[in-house]
Amino acid sequence: MSNSLTTSDPVRSPRAIVEASLKRRYAAERGFRLLGASAVVLGLGFVLILFLSIVSKGYTAFFQSYIELPVSFDAELIDPNGALREGDLDATEVARELRSVNFLKLAREALRAEFPDVSGRTQRRNLDALLSPGAPLQLRRMVNEDPTVIGTERSVRLLADDDVDMFMKGRSTPILRADGTGVATLEGDLTKIGNAVAVQVSDDALFPLLEQARSRLIAKADRLTRQQAGLQRTRDDQTALLEQPDLSADKKEEAEREVARNERDIDRLETKIQALREEARGSDELVLSAEAPSFLLRINDGLIKLIALEPDRARGELLVPPASAMPAEAGTWQTLELTTPQDARRLNDQQLAWVLQLQHEGLLSKRFNVPFFTNGTSREPELAGIAGAVLGSFYTLLLTLLFSFPIAVGAALYLEEFAPKNRLTDLIEVNINNLAAVPSIVFGLLGLAVFINFFGVPRSTPLVAAMVLTLMTLPTIIIASRAALKSVPPSIREAALGVGASPLQTRLHHVLPLALPGMMTGTIIGMAQALGESAPLLMIGMIAFIVDVPQGFTDPATVLPVQIFLWADSPERGFVERTSAAIMVLLAFLILMNLTAVLLRRRFERRW
Amino acid sequence: MSPSLLLLIILAAMALAYHLGRKRAIGVAGGVAQINRLHSLPAYYGYYAALWVGLPALLLLLFWVGLQEHILTALTIAELPPEMTAQLSEGQLSLLTSDIRNLATGNITAREISPEVQAAAAHYQRLSGLASVSLWSLTGALALAGMAWAWQHTTISFRARNRVESILMIVLILFSSIAILTTLGIVLSVLFESIRFFQKVPWTEFLFGTKWSPQIALRAEQVGASGAFGAIPLFTGTLLISFIAMLLAVPVGLLSAIYLAEYAPRKVRAWAKPVLEILAGIPTVVYGFFAALTVAPFMRGLGESVGLDIASESALAAGLVMGIMIIPFVSSLSEDVINAVPQSLRDGSYALGATQSETIRRVIFPAALPGIVGGVLLAVSRAIGETMIVVMAAGLAANLTANPFESVTTVTVQIVTLLTGDQEFDSAKTLAAFALGLTLFVVTLILNVIALHIVRKYREQYE
Amino acid sequence: MNTIADAIAVKPANLTADHLAQDQSTATTLGEITSANPRMICRDVNVWYDDKHAIKNVSLDIGQNEVIAMIGPSGCGKSTFLRCLNRMNDTIPAAKVRGSIKLDGQEIQDRSIDVVPLRARVGMVFQKPNPFPKSIYENIAYGPRIHGLTNNREELDELVETSLKRAGLWKEVKDRLDAPGTSLSGGQQQRLCIARTISVSPEVILMDEPCSALDPIATAIIEELIDELRQQYTIAIVTHSMQQAARVSQRTAYFHLGDLVEVGTTDDIFNQPQHKLTEDYITGRFG
Repeated sequence: MSNSLTTSDPVRSPRAIVEASLKRRYAAERGFRLLGASAVVLGLGFVLILFLSIVSKGYTAFFQSYIELPVSFDAELIDPNGALREGDLDATEVARELRSVNFLKLAREALRAEFPDVSGRTQRRNLDALLSPGAPLQLRRMVNEDPTVIGTERSVRLLADDDVDMFMKGRSTPILRADGTGVATLEGDLTKIGNAVAVQVSDDALFPLLEQARSRLIAKADRLTRQQAGLQRTRDDQTALLEQPDLSADKKEEAEREVARNERDIDRLETKIQALREEARGSDELVLSAEAPSFLLRINDGLIKLIALEPDRARGELLVPPASAMPAEAGTWQTLELTTPQDARRLNDQQLAWVLQLQHEGLLSKRFNVPFFTNGTSREPELAGIAGAVLGSFYTLLLTLLFSFPIAVGAALYLEEFAPKNRLTDLIEVNINNLAAVPSIVFGLLGLAVFINFFGVPRSTPLVAAMVLTLMTLPTIIIASRAALKSVPPSIREAALGVGASPLQTRLHHVLPLALPGMMTGTIIGMAQALGESAPLLMIGMIAFIVDVPQGFTDPATVLPVQIFLWADSPERGFVERTSAAIMVLLAFLILMNLTAVLLRRRFERRW
Repeated sequence: MSPSLLLLIILAAMALAYHLGRKRAIGVAGGVAQINRLHSLPAYYGYYAALWVGLPALLLLLFWVGLQEHILTALTIAELPPEMTAQLSEGQLSLLTSDIRNLATGNITAREISPEVQAAAAHYQRLSGLASVSLWSLTGALALAGMAWAWQHTTISFRARNRVESILMIVLILFSSIAILTTLGIVLSVLFESIRFFQKVPWTEFLFGTKWSPQIALRAEQVGASGAFGAIPLFTGTLLISFIAMLLAVPVGLLSAIYLAEYAPRKVRAWAKPVLEILAGIPTVVYGFFAALTVAPFMRGLGESVGLDIASESALAAGLVMGIMIIPFVSSLSEDVINAVPQSLRDGSYALGATQSETIRRVIFPAALPGIVGGVLLAVSRAIGETMIVVMAAGLAANLTANPFESVTTVTVQIVTLLTGDQEFDSAKTLAAFALGLTLFVVTLILNVIALHIVRKYREQYE
Repeated sequence: MNTIADAIAVKPANLTADHLAQDQSTATTLGEITSANPRMICRDVNVWYDDKHAIKNVSLDIGQNEVIAMIGPSGCGKSTFLRCLNRMNDTIPAAKVRGSIKLDGQEIQDRSIDVVPLRARVGMVFQKPNPFPKSIYENIAYGPRIHGLTNNREELDELVETSLKRAGLWKEVKDRLDAPGTSLSGGQQQRLCIARTISVSPEVILMDEPCSALDPIATAIIEELIDELRQQYTIAIVTHSMQQAARVSQRTAYFHLGDLVEVGTTDDIFNQPQHKLTEDYITGRFG
């Protein structure tokens, strides 16, 4: 035998080597452990970011802006012959009568009454745009429900347009407010909107504002300079490419074109940057453009948009006429900076001034958004609700459950308890496992080609959606049900068979009840999967734009996840928060279902 | 007179038949006291009767509802003057029939109505009335015949329980075969349409062509109208996004599985696992929204700040979010696999003085590798087939590129784009979606079969 | 109390009442627990699994270059005691160990003692052969690699060869070192595991019923091997088979329901047991 295992050299003895290696190895150990922990933290972090991003985008959708206005229900307009007020019309006749009434006019007049100074088509159109197209529907519903309002004046909370709503939720422009320090005196004709007016201010009180405006210009110039630098890099890359000897003709041509285009853009930016810096440096009055932030002045309950600024004086345009022309003391007037430039906003300065005025007067408020839960979808964000989609999901899920549960339990019962072990049952088993991993969109293709085009099942309906989802969730439920059956010990079967029950009776009376909780858990998980599924439903027409709330299994409908997909695709900003809110509702349902599954499992978990 | 009403009536008739059958059995036996003389419990005679009443009628109803529309339409079309239907294309014909149907059911039609169509609609109405009456009378007759049959067979020696049980067994077998039928349905539906597609576009062009622009096919009369159906850019796009996803999901998923299985204190595991499972339960449309509205703009901004030009529908954003989606999938599969490694191997390693990480890296990981590979293959198959994230966050332009900052498109995106919106069912454009579907199905099927086989073998090894 | 409840719970059918009476009186161990040339000294070792008191006040020395056999009926705690000796019980979260265990005078129960070098010094062979799913060569090379015992491939090759030779496996596997360790027969696998343990030059080798999964021929080979290994290593073996204990060991310790009932030279224990329980077990009245 060799002695090489224990060398005589004490330093090289295994014990010493092991001791010496410990430090390095424990460092590796800690590093590895840290790596594992950070992977878990990363995973959990993603959950957190996902939820935070959705909640922060979506929570505002649960509140909606309303403009509270006195509306006079003009009897002449609504009910010229008095038939409605007499009350002897039936529901359909009332609806027909009301359909021809111009409630839009009623709503608009109510708003215009708030701003009597508004004149001219453009101004009127701008003002009208503050009201949602849903406002007249509100009025019609009011009259429909209670004809006695005709001829009276009522205070009504009318739905505001989504642009107003977005502003109210701080998603249009931030506003920086500052109290004025000196005494401000108004000059000019203060009666008409759009008039040129001037403000004289003591103690150079507008100087801070002027500095602020200049810093914005410089910031913008800096941004453009960075953009220019990017373009220059691209140009240099292209120029370097041109240097290469073996460049094909069309590549060369393309690169040259690219260089030329970049050169042009760089020059254009250069001019702009120079202009901006020049303006910011200038010592005389600063003229504000629509590309820069807007500056408003609130004075004597009126609003003035500032066009040109000097330290002690400003020229402007009247947006909301003030109550008086008296000089305003320090602290009683305010400057407002609307940071997002007018060009980048959906509401212009004039409209924002009205909104600010309504807000100032306490007429504009946010209330809990009931229509979001009771309306079908709409092209207008402020009218769009999830009721249609939720009901569509409900019908679809109900049918899916009715189809899939019996089939899955039956199939599991047969495969686990009765099936002989042969090629065919092996094939079925492999098949089920594979189906569980087939991409869901393929089931959509199946639905389109077989159910819709071959069997003629009506498209876009909960019925066809449920058929597709049944096939999709079957493998999940069958696998779970088989596991549940497998966990029932054979002794139960033997006991039942021993007292003379038939094999089927044994399963139905003894095995199935014991396996049922497990099967139900699997079913709930399968249903949760079906509730969140959207890809295959796109194929079978569930993305049709359907305003009506479905009434049955064969009505055209959409489902919640598909509704989310459709809204996510809509360009209006108002849909972003609604999409997030719809996601929150969907996730709430899903978490509820999963929680039920977990509780069910805990409640009925049995150890044999 | 709707089919659903008929369905309810049949169900009610079944309940009635059950009672009658049961009564009859008791009667045959000679009263409740004598039911021991019967071969089976009276209830089984009731079930027997109910099955005979319900099953034939239900089957008839199912077939009738499935076929009525086709037959009625065919009959109506046959009645139309031949010069009217002769030059119509399939699409126009379906428009015409839907007009007729709408007219017959009292809906508003889109077009102006000719007298021929009016007549056809009347004919259709007549036929459907006739059909409805015959359906009701036929089902009624079937149910009655079934009841009579069961009544006749209710004798003392009749083995009702065995009969009922064998019928139920047949039903169970039918249920089990639905899985096979589904696979068959998938294969047939995508295969037939794909064959029609390959008659228009050679399969070599589809599989090896590098230019994809199916939209041209819309202008049917123009030159070069067939469009370009080279699917290579879609395949590379799909692979690029899946690759990015796996690049994130595999290390994170695997490491967290290792941490949760080997290191985590019981309390941490009790919390972290369900939370990771929440990630797995989030619908893909939510991930799509997250990708399109949060991650993509963030990436773009990040790119801008370091001077990189990242497309707003970059492969990177879609891939990363898809990776996030797949993390829990990889993690839970790997954890199962790691837990299946027998404790004796860990003991053997610890007894030699190995540290925990040495044991994990040099013994457990190699031992679990086959299972992990299987799990990763399943995850790849999932990434390839994932639809909503890419539909919402990846682009439509079929760029042939390996640059993750550029926009690419995927097979699933194209399937959705081709099949949603206005479609002529016969155009190469629509059929291309099925060819893509076939490719997708075949590729994922191969991946799944291999992966499931590996995982199964792995489990058997340690059982 | 708990003890009695446990005793009744696991009472073999033929265990009579006077066994139970004696059971309570085994608080002290009969025979000589100390060894002339001790390698490991255990005093008052107690182990609990959650609430179950698995080892009660066991004191025992393990002498240099001797084979000590631990015998006793199933569930008597002999394996648990063995696992204390290289702190393998650390891997079981529910296990709690109290008392003093010294290796060459150094307390190993101390939490500050590092289990990694400890386990390199006190190796262990398990009941069921557990070769890693790697090649034969890699199985042996694993230990030296993680500890960094060799500097180059030649040294490693040599170490693998000597380890396999010592385990008496070299002749059988020298031509297929790349074959997976799991492809060997059960007895060969167990010798592979012994070779794997030897490869890191341990001072003490613990064997937990190393032959229970093997056929008689493989068992005989391993027993022969144990006898050879005694020249260089200190060996503690847990065995279910009294014959095996008689064949391979110099000293024998008899465990019963967590108590160390009696310890002495193997000859004494088998020929003139002092305790009634030991005698009953030796003569096959229960176990």
